[in-house]
Amino acid sequence: MIVGITKESIPGERRVAATPDSVTKLQSFGFAVLVESGAGLAAGFADEAYAEAGARIASTAETWAAQVVIKVRPPQDAEVDRLNAGQTLISYLYPAQNGPLVERLIERGVTAVAMDQVPRTTRAQKVDALSSTGNLSGYRAVLEAAHVLQRPMGGQTTAAGKILPCKVLVIGAGVAGLAAIGAARALGAIVRAFDTRPAVKEQVASMGAEFLQVEIDEDGTGQGGYAKEMSPAFIAAEMALFAAQAKEVDVIITTALIPGKRAPILITADMVRSMKRGAVIVDLAAETQGNCELTTPGEAVTVDGVTIIGYTDLPSRLALQASSLYAQNIVHLLDEMGGAAKFGIDESNDIVRPMTVVKQGVLSWPPPAISPSHPPSLPVPWAPATADSPARAGSPTPPTSAQPRPAAKPPSHGAPAGNTSWTVIGVVGVALFVIGLGAPQNFLTHLTVFVLACVIGYQVVWSVTPALHTPLMSVTNAISGIIVIGGMLQIGGGLTSAASIIGAIAIFLAALNISGGFLVTHRMLKMFRR
Amino acid sequence: MTMTTSLLTTSYLAAAVLFILSLKGLSHPETARRGNQFGALGMLIAVVAVALHMGILASPTLIGVLAVASIIGALVAARVAMTDMPQLVALLHSFVGAAAVLVGLSNHMAPAVELTGIDKTIHDVETYLGIFIGSLTFTGSVIAWGKLQGVIRSKPLLLPARHLLNLAMLVACVWLGWVYLGQGHDGLQTLLIMTAIAGLIGIHLVMAIGGADMPVVVSMLNSYSGWAASAAGFMLSNDLLIITGALVGSSGAILSYIMCRAMNRSFVSVILGGFGADEGAAPAAGSVAITGDLVPTSAEEVVGLLRAASSVIVVPGYGMAVAQAQHPVKEIVQILRAAGKNVRFAIHPVAGRLPGHMNVLLAEANLPYDIVLEMDEINDDFPKTDVVLVIGANDIVNPSALDDPSSPIAGMPVLHAWESAACIVFKRGKGAGYAGVENPLFFKPKTKMLYGDAKKSVDAILSLLKA
Repeated sequence: MIVGITKESIPGERRVAATPDSVTKLQSFGFAVLVESGAGLAAGFADEAYAEAGARIASTAETWAAQVVIKVRPPQDAEVDRLNAGQTLISYLYPAQNGPLVERLIERGVTAVAMDQVPRTTRAQKVDALSSTGNLSGYRAVLEAAHVLQRPMGGQTTAAGKILPCKVLVIGAGVAGLAAIGAARALGAIVRAFDTRPAVKEQVASMGAEFLQVEIDEDGTGQGGYAKEMSPAFIAAEMALFAAQAKEVDVIITTALIPGKRAPILITADMVRSMKRGAVIVDLAAETQGNCELTTPGEAVTVDGVTIIGYTDLPSRLALQASSLYAQNIVHLLDEMGGAAKFGIDESNDIVRPMTVVKQGVLSWPPPAISPSHPPSLPVPWAPATADSPARAGSPTPPTSAQPRPAAKPPSHGAPAGNTSWTVIGVVGVALFVIGLGAPQNFLTHLTVFVLACVIGYQVVWSVTPALHTPLMSVTNAISGIIVIGGMLQIGGGLTSAASIIGAIAIFLAALNISGGFLVTHRMLKMFRR
Repeated sequence: MTMTTSLLTTSYLAAAVLFILSLKGLSHPETARRGNQFGALGMLIAVVAVALHMGILASPTLIGVLAVASIIGALVAARVAMTDMPQLVALLHSFVGAAAVLVGLSNHMAPAVELTGIDKTIHDVETYLGIFIGSLTFTGSVIAWGKLQGVIRSKPLLLPARHLLNLAMLVACVWLGWVYLGQGHDGLQTLLIMTAIAGLIGIHLVMAIGGADMPVVVSMLNSYSGWAASAAGFMLSNDLLIITGALVGSSGAILSYIMCRAMNRSFVSVILGGFGADEGAAPAAGSVAITGDLVPTSAEEVVGLLRAASSVIVVPGYGMAVAQAQHPVKEIVQILRAAGKNVRFAIHPVAGRLPGHMNVLLAEANLPYDIVLEMDEINDDFPKTDVVLVIGANDIVNPSALDDPSSPIAGMPVLHAWESAACIVFKRGKGAGYAGVENPLFFKPKTKMLYGDAKKSVDAILSLLKA
């Protein structure tokens, strides 16, 4: 099985999909590695280094003929034409925006795996290239701002007077946002951050920034860790907040993306004009037209003394590190795909399946929805756990290393998959028919209630986090004390008969259970803290 | 205000919904407390509604019984140590079982409505079934309590032909049920005999199950207590009892299923008992021979390792609970975390004697729950870990579950403690684990044994760390 690492053809793209280090690892999976001549030069890896690691340096044509072609950016049209049936392409593809590209890939009959479609699960984090680059982009955004800014970020008191610290507003506390917060804090700035998902408040605070909130109580946590679109009222309040902040801060860093759509406009032209002269906006959403109305993608422009940086190549400006991380993501992906020996698309692999856009010339994107029935485990915030994504929607990225790794694991205790077989349904059907023939209406009413309650119980209990299984037992214990009612129905007019005395004893036992159960549960739950 | 039947029904509805919300709340620690309050509110509504409906709200009997029982329950709940939680839960199950039996008997003696024909037959079956499950739950829970409390030996009791014995008792109960249906009102004696036999089944079932299978047993009894309540609900035509029983029943059943899956054993094999007594005692022929030596270590050496480590995982087991070592463990973890080390806990689903037992103990010791991880969350991290502290756990870190198909615990998911750079096992003595299986982990070159009472060992490490 031959893997080809191609040279990026888009001007200004300095990254490469493999490093000498990753080449060694790929070989340990049984792959033979071809590296296109000069592929790693811009990122700081010479051909010799690859050759030393065991790769063979090859021509463009030869690399593109490899069974598995790996690159960073989506392929250009000419490049797609080089591909043929049976080959596998791994790169960023952005299938939602790049419809024509996907069609061409289908025409060529290849298998295409998109590095931008990594699912938002803990297990998939090792493959999540958007996260690893998001982290770098956030850092670089601060440095780009600092570079343009006519003053230091941090404050100081000197003999010549006081240097006021810079105020930085970060919109969207995804990985890029959090990395930006961290970098700006490290330079001494005062940092504020905004995100529509209240759950990221703690992460923002842990990075040392102030979490800004609007007065409207609305949770922007969407599915899979992305933020969802907010109500018009919320957006209005949010815009008012940004307008007020714009007058005050020196730097704004925006990171709000909506997957597959134009980025939301958060900073209007009026807001830009209201900013101080010399202020800087870094728009990390520039690639999808930007969060700022005046952003020019790929360039830095100055409007009324305010610089708006819309570079789309921030990761590329840290090509060495970005390449290493991307290469590592690729190594993990190829491991998931079975190494060289069992290489292929396993439909049941929860990482590889969602990333597969085209399988042997057949469109397989978007992947079938996986029901989100599995609750996150212990640590609360589902969103920030795997996926902390910025304002309106996610720049997908797992937490930076500074964060404790909260685990939103692919649940071990999830309900078994819903593969109820037809046999079971048939048997139940027959049973219901037989019962229906003989049983009185009264009984059937109760049976209905019973069965529905079992179904509810089943659904509800699977969502209980394993850490709370002991409280679950004690609370179910307490509520099964409801049998007290049975006793009460028996004592009726007082302790006159044996039946009523027995009923009273039943009440006693059940009541013991109720008070003991609820109180001990309360005691236990009080202890659980984050 | 008069409590009409319709009002009573809506009260039941309210209570049922509150109970469902109560369980739902447990999906997360933050919402769990609210959930518990919902449950209590539901119970209050139900009890007051029934009392009003029956016109016995002011009855001194009712108030007296309720008050005394509640006070006793509250006192117990306030005093019980978290390490004794399994016993308490088992004991509370037995109360539900007993109450179900009593309600059934009482209802047999003084039925609320006279029924005839098929309605009566169904009602009698419900009564009979409710008492059967209740009695089994009652005695089974008492035995489980005894075993957990240490009053009864936790080793499985294995009578000869025990499966046949169970079957015979079951058949007897079914036969008596047939007899009872024919007798109707005069069947009290039959009912009592059946109650006794069902009780014996409960005793015998749980006696045959060993200590480490208790998580399954307790969840199973939890489930039974629910079904007993449900059966009583059918008997009394009371939907609230039916719903609540069904909720509790499913909850216990799911917990049992989770526990069994965590041990890679079928529910039936756990319930039939005997594990760890016969099958596991002698290593099966062809089992992988263990090579290597047990290397003892000292608290000083462990502290040296911990100081040099940057990531540490603690694997607690029942031994930590027995030795009450969770508090000093927490202090050690605090010191290490303050030194910037990444310290986490790895919890195996069947660690301890109750589902979630370890989580409760660690929460009691005031450890933040986000560093307490489940097996699947943390198992991949062992290779990146410098030191693993295995405190009072054995079978749940046994590598032969994975690599020795002849091992009695083969196929059970385990924590991969052996993949770390160093592994310290806190152990009382040199014996095999509960399952009677030798643990090759102890003999691995990277493993060191710290013998002695877990609490003392942990205290020694703590004082050295503080020094």
